Amino acid sequence: MEGTKEPMTEATSAAPVRAHDGNGEFIKFAEVSKRFGSNVVLDDLSFSVGAGERVTLIGPSGSGKTTILRMLMTLLRPDSGTISVNGEYLFHEERGGQLVTASESHIRRVRSKITMVFQQFNLFPNMRVLRNVTEAPVHVLGKPKDEAAERAKELLALVGLGEKLDAYPSQLSGGQQQRVAIARALAVDPDVLLLDEVTSALDPELAAEVLDVLRDIAKTTDVTMLLVTHAMKFARDVSHRVLMFNQGKIIEDRPPEEMFNEPRHERTQSFLRSVIDET
Amino acid sequence: MNWDWDYVGSMMPDLLDGLWTALLATIFGFLLALVLGLVFAILRRSKTAWIRVPIGFIVEFIRGTPLLVQLFFLFFVLPDFGVQLSPLASGIVGLGVHYATYTSEVYRAGIDGVPAGQWEAATALNLPARRTWTSVVLPQAVPRSLPALSNYLIALFKDVPQLVAITVAEPFTVARGIFADSFRPFEAITMAGVLYLVTAFVLSYLGRIVERRYGTVRV
Repeated sequence: MEGTKEPMTEATSAAPVRAHDGNGEFIKFAEVSKRFGSNVVLDDLSFSVGAGERVTLIGPSGSGKTTILRMLMTLLRPDSGTISVNGEYLFHEERGGQLVTASESHIRRVRSKITMVFQQFNLFPNMRVLRNVTEAPVHVLGKPKDEAAERAKELLALVGLGEKLDAYPSQLSGGQQQRVAIARALAVDPDVLLLDEVTSALDPELAAEVLDVLRDIAKTTDVTMLLVTHAMKFARDVSHRVLMFNQGKIIEDRPPEEMFNEPRHERTQSFLRSVIDET
Repeated sequence: MNWDWDYVGSMMPDLLDGLWTALLATIFGFLLALVLGLVFAILRRSKTAWIRVPIGFIVEFIRGTPLLVQLFFLFFVLPDFGVQLSPLASGIVGLGVHYATYTSEVYRAGIDGVPAGQWEAATALNLPARRTWTSVVLPQAVPRSLPALSNYLIALFKDVPQLVAITVAEPFTVARGIFADSFRPFEAITMAGVLYLVTAFVLSYLGRIVERRYGTVRV
């Protein structure tokens, strides 16, 4: 069995160690580095994201954008540096006045407010649509089944799939699957929603329906979002800030209008030219 | 050598009793193999080396030694350590543990076949490890494993005659007792073989029904 035995739901125990406070630093990366072999993906990176902020990460492939999201989702660990969310370290905890590697239960607790939508949807193919969405509310949050089902139906209606509750993922189009994945993510009441190239695997038409759903969500919720996307118009519409990555560093960090209209950095200019040519 | 139907008729009740014993050994041995194999497969993926490594060693050790030796060990050696099992119980444990090392490999392949994205989605939803296994990974891995598992059911059944070594009254043990009295091995051995053949056919047919019913994986 992986990890230790844990109860289905966890009560928040003890006072959390505050890594920092202030809404301006809801998510904070401090001197984070990550390498794969000799390839430095993140190079001593520091940045923060405020509560409710929607931030788009752009940059050439391999520049570290997806790595950021995967670290926040704890799918990857940083080699050095700290990451904190809502004032709590993600991979560290304080024990006896010292910052030590976090236990699995600490990680699970901090992670409980973060979720992610993936490029390949990653719906559970063995479950019908409704159960994909209720699985975590029931078995992680401990919600009663009927309450979770009600909420799931609302969310599925919100993403335009109120009629597909009993379908299996394999019976849906890619765009529909991705919308289910979005509903599934929202069902855990996240504070942080990570969107990792959520339309890259979709045809333009199907991508558009997914982006429309996300626009609505951006408008109607105050969930903090980190997005990696190549859909630049979408990024411009929904994000408060755009971060331009190059070789594991942020080379430009500005509101979308400025970033897209008058990029300062020469690397940003050439990158934006290339993506806009593509689409 | 003439085939004597009357003689065959007279031995059938005993042979069928033997077949029943063989079926018991097969069913319970295979159930043990299914459960224990799954436990092995999951423990071998533990993050804890203290669990993973010894289990790996045990599995390889059992897989690398002959079933017959294991049966002898269970039946003739364990009593010296105060563990006395009946012949049939020894046979069930022996077959079950031995085949668990094979089924664990089948499960392993099935588990490896579950895409990384499924584990990642489980993490993104913060599912506990146990729930990830029971509701995401195994429901996808086990159906993939069914064809190979049903082959091992047949293989296990055909290894039941090895229990002759520990005096389990399966058809060949019975047949041996019969021709020891009558000095006519032809009918006795043939009929024991026929019972195995027919039963193996039935088992593989049942296996195919189970595969068809539960072996589909939606992707």
